[in-house]
Amino acid sequence: MSIVRVAGLRKALGSREVLRGIDAHVEQGETITIVGPSGGGKSTFLRCLNGLNPFDSGVVEIAGFTLAPRTPPDAPQLRMLRVRVAMVFQSFNLFPHLTVLQNVALAPVHVRRDSPGRARERALELLGRVGLRDRADLRPAQLSGGQQQRVAIARALAMQPQVLLLDEPTSALDPQMRGEVLAVLRDLARSGMTMLVVTHEMAFARTAATRVWVFDEGRLVESGPPAEVCENPRSERARAFFTRP
Amino acid sequence: MALVAASALARIEKQGELRWAGDLQGGEPYVYRDPVDPRRLDGFEVEIAAGIARRLGVRATFVQNDWSNLLPSLARGDFDVALNGIEDTPVVRAQALVTRPYFVFSEQLVVRRGFPLRTLAALRGHRVGTLASSLAHTILRDTPGIEVVLYSGQEEPYRDLALRRIDAVLLDSLIAERYGLTNPALEVADTDVARGTYVAAVRRGEADLRDALNRALDDMEARGELSAIFAKYHLPPQPALPNAAAADQRAHFDAAQLVLFLRGALVTLFVSLLAMSLAIPLGLVLALTRIYGGAVARFSSHCYVELFRGTPVLLQLYLLYYGLAPIVHLDALTAAILGLGMNYGAYEAEVHRAALGAIPAGQGEAAAALGLTRWQQLRLVLLPQALRTALPAMTNDLISLLKDSSLVSVITVVELTKQMTITAVDVRSWALPGLACAAMYFAMSYPLARLAARLEARLGYPEVPGALQESAA
Repeated sequence: MSIVRVAGLRKALGSREVLRGIDAHVEQGETITIVGPSGGGKSTFLRCLNGLNPFDSGVVEIAGFTLAPRTPPDAPQLRMLRVRVAMVFQSFNLFPHLTVLQNVALAPVHVRRDSPGRARERALELLGRVGLRDRADLRPAQLSGGQQQRVAIARALAMQPQVLLLDEPTSALDPQMRGEVLAVLRDLARSGMTMLVVTHEMAFARTAATRVWVFDEGRLVESGPPAEVCENPRSERARAFFTRP
Repeated sequence: MALVAASALARIEKQGELRWAGDLQGGEPYVYRDPVDPRRLDGFEVEIAAGIARRLGVRATFVQNDWSNLLPSLARGDFDVALNGIEDTPVVRAQALVTRPYFVFSEQLVVRRGFPLRTLAALRGHRVGTLASSLAHTILRDTPGIEVVLYSGQEEPYRDLALRRIDAVLLDSLIAERYGLTNPALEVADTDVARGTYVAAVRRGEADLRDALNRALDDMEARGELSAIFAKYHLPPQPALPNAAAADQRAHFDAAQLVLFLRGALVTLFVSLLAMSLAIPLGLVLALTRIYGGAVARFSSHCYVELFRGTPVLLQLYLLYYGLAPIVHLDALTAAILGLGMNYGAYEAEVHRAALGAIPAGQGEAAAALGLTRWQQLRLVLLPQALRTALPAMTNDLISLLKDSSLVSVITVVELTKQMTITAVDVRSWALPGLACAAMYFAMSYPLARLAARLEARLGYPEVPGALQESAA
């Protein structure tokens, strides 16, 4: 059974149609990389999946929840969904007034009501997994960009989500730091985490994904195994995207 | 001295006019605009000035001047004579030459009708109101056990008396009759607590002008002109003249005055800190309402802020203390704290609103994406960051409030600045009390600023690199 199922998803910003009817599904344990030209609706689509962006019509079923059109981003029923569907942002969005450890332990303590001791233990474990256990007591600003994004990934994993959404996780990083973040993501993919990654990182899209989706002008124009989609795209749009200089 | 004196009278004859000053705000019966023809001045002092000028062979020209600054303006040379209900006190004599009295009044004790305590001595332990630096103020201070409440207007003490905020008012018969006894709930308990006189004042060193004014006043009295003027304005009958003014009991700026200053400083600090601890949460509620509330709540918050920012805090204090008195009976200290707190709340609202607005949108999104409730997002993520941004502005406002708190003296709270003005009049000098007052304000504001700076450093963290970038697609 699909852990994510999207049907007829449409969204307009003013007169501009950002999503023009998306139909898609994701199976448990899949890693989907979402590629395509800028402005194609990739990020908007991702943000519709956890309710940060409301949509106009269609259905989103994700991790056992069904999202109705026009649900406001602060609707209380979205809270439980967001516990199961975590998100990592392009600009990390770590909380600058908290330490690395507090960033990771925040949701477990305040949303799941873990005891502080247990939350701390779990947070250290997750920081170990992203290779930053020794930075637990620093502030985000004392870390490099790549380290910050790895903390953000640990923070997203702290609630043991069923789906992880990543919105251009390496776009704000220089090439060297991209490598360390992508390594963490590959590791996660191997461990069976269901992930949807919006990315411009074509090598990663090809090698880490179970399937690649190509978005263009608000449509999902191509979906399939990386070898098929990247090497031999069927649609005009996807071909144009992969063969650009 | 004689040389200067000789020139004063000659100067007036040469300029062809006697420039005399008063304050139209004091109103009837002293100097006021003719209600029928506002270009004309009316009042018993206008007629006395005219009588004097006629005898000097010049015309009388009125100069408007704030009453409490008549003597400093006289000394500066803005006019020749101050003639406007100036009481013959040692304080006045220390600053100017005074003429013979032109009017004798009695200090009258006014109480609520049927009030059992009817003499000053009996009012020990009670609150008695009067005007600051008046003869009545001196008398009250010299009566042991009386708690003196100081006002800056003539009507307010009687209003507070009727409202039971004080138990008696001691002021001169002219004021008592016009502003106090017009209220049927009040009555005179003692018609003649003491005698005082009104005198005209000229600059020190212009004794010849003083003598000329005295001769003119003598002549006006001998011809019955003065009593005719008093009768025309329905002034109380003139009792026999009292003894000459009391000996000059000049106070010194000593330890006792310093204790009074310290007490004033404590009141200032107390009022300011309490007003600020009201303003900050009030401002926060207003700001949150403005950002997250529904249309009606947003509009109300907006109106509150604009209303309280857009009108003078002085007016707000008056309205709170006097205007609302028939409905809500606040004591002066409570009204002062509430008034300043509500006013500064409007400013804090904008500080908080700006601070919350300065947080990158990604912070709220990240908090929401973790499953935090709206309230948790605010409490755990947004407000701690906003506090740090708002802290310098809030410190600024607190220091500003510390000084603005001097405004509460209009509703009878004696704080540091008011204490300074009272002391300055008592010791006949503004220099030393002024410096002491400034030093005390600084001694309060500087540590507050340091404290805030340390707090700021403790909350401090460098900006997150990349935090301002928004996701592209």
